[in-house]
Amino acid sequence: MIAVYVIIGIVVVLIIIFIAIYNRLVGWRNQVKNAWAQIDVQLKRRYDLIPNLMETVKGYMKHERETMEAVTKARNLAQGMASAGAGERGKAEGELSSALARLLAVVENYPDLKANQNFLALQEELTSTENKISFSRQYYNDSVLKYNNQIQMFPSNTVAGMTGFKAGEFFEVTAEEERKAPKVSFS
Amino acid sequence: MWEQIRSNQTRSAVLVAGMGVLLLLIGYLLGMAFFDNAIGGLIIAFIVWGIMSLIAFYQGDSILLGMARARKISHDDNPRLYNIVEEMKIASGLEKVPDIYIIDDPAPNAFAVGRSPDKAAVAITTGLLQKLNRDELQGVIGHEIAHIRNRDVLLMAISGVLLGTIVILAWYATRFMFFGGMARSRRSSSSGGGGQLIILVVAIVLIILAPIMAQLIYFAISRKREYMADASSALYTRYPEGLASALEKIAASTTQLKSANQATAPMYIINPFRKEGRAASNLTSTHPPISERIRILRSMAGASFADYEQVYQKVHGAGKGVIPASALALSHPAGLRAAGAEAVSKEPDRIERTRETSDLMWRLGNYKTITCDCGTKLRVPPNFKEPAVRCPHCGRINPVA
Repeated sequence: MIAVYVIIGIVVVLIIIFIAIYNRLVGWRNQVKNAWAQIDVQLKRRYDLIPNLMETVKGYMKHERETMEAVTKARNLAQGMASAGAGERGKAEGELSSALARLLAVVENYPDLKANQNFLALQEELTSTENKISFSRQYYNDSVLKYNNQIQMFPSNTVAGMTGFKAGEFFEVTAEEERKAPKVSFS
Repeated sequence: MWEQIRSNQTRSAVLVAGMGVLLLLIGYLLGMAFFDNAIGGLIIAFIVWGIMSLIAFYQGDSILLGMARARKISHDDNPRLYNIVEEMKIASGLEKVPDIYIIDDPAPNAFAVGRSPDKAAVAITTGLLQKLNRDELQGVIGHEIAHIRNRDVLLMAISGVLLGTIVILAWYATRFMFFGGMARSRRSSSSGGGGQLIILVVAIVLIILAPIMAQLIYFAISRKREYMADASSALYTRYPEGLASALEKIAASTTQLKSANQATAPMYIINPFRKEGRAASNLTSTHPPISERIRILRSMAGASFADYEQVYQKVHGAGKGVIPASALALSHPAGLRAAGAEAVSKEPDRIERTRETSDLMWRLGNYKTITCDCGTKLRVPPNFKEPAVRCPHCGRINPVA
């Protein structure tokens, strides 16, 4: 009789542990989803800012047709990929980032444009949006790493395997623009 | 790793518990000295502590911000600052953007308040806004957001209330000793209680010592949290140099914050009352020495907690860590990033930032700013009723829109 109770007890404890691990996994998965939504918000914000930017610089940059078209093209391409997975999307967004960086680099040649209040405000918003994209990417990748670790580590991997948790995909922006940290001297 | 930071604050919890014990002790001694009954003193201590906790919990933020004469800003008042706070909110994974306040003071400093991450605020002085470039400001805001994220603000509020209660009780106790105590000792000597006198002496000594001990504990808690916030800021920004260079600029300034006092000092990013050449790791300082904080940040090989811990141990000796073990266990490699565009191209216009900040201060005072065609900026006070104003520089008439 006691053996039966012991077995029932062990089963109950195992079920409780199972539920606890499952709930924790769900929590982590939700964090990954939430982090992804954050990136999405910032990418959309960038799509919205670019037409405004084009409108503002159009009058000043007569000789930069190509650079400007590259940005518009990259933007439309990236927006078209909006429902793709993290890997493919990262590539398209990387292209857009580097096209934008090239455009903002040639701004240096147009002093009138650099004095334009409207442009300065847009530039601040764009800079910040770029930062927000990379910070949300950073947070997303941290969350994915943590989530994937849990899926692969014992004992949570057994629970994950039984209930169908899939590893998350990292969001890597792989464009040539991705800068190597230069050594800055502080004297 | 993020929620682990909160769960592993055992060391801080022990210190807070130590302050709680001090409070109980002082209540007990009060009871023994004045009522011959421990319960009475304990009840008084408990009531004072309860009232102060309630005030701190519900009104603390507005009292502190009011004392610092801080004013709330929105996105349009200072887009750069607002955006940076948003960036750090995203990097730290906070749910909500904290309220942003500006303090009109040339001394560079910043602090965070708020009992929970949902009801938090960061405040920054105009002096700091003027001095820092984007990367540096990011480092400072990252540090403040880390205080919110790691719930240091709540911890400091709890220990601050305990400290305040102990100080108040001890203050009144010493005052009453001279009058009430004297009367009592006459009474007790007439009844021939020699032991009672010894208890009274011990009580006096302890009551005088308690607030000093409480203060030391309070400072110890504060120092630990500063290192932790620095490490978190480096992790959020992936650019420890930003915070290091900001700390350097803040340390180089000699102006003192007008609206700070000893009680609110631990809140600020650096101690507003610091003196030049103060001995390192002083027991009575609320903050670790700035030079040491800068050195640790600059020596980091990567941006992760493990990198910070490694350098910290190099400075303080092995085995004396500052990052909780559980946070370290979940730490993963994090590379450093390049400096932002603003820092690389050139040292951005100090004058431009100063103008931006002064414009902001006028706007917060409800002044209108009209730029005359000659380039003069006219500040129109809110009670100005005329439809137009003459430019004192060139004489043009400008309409007040």
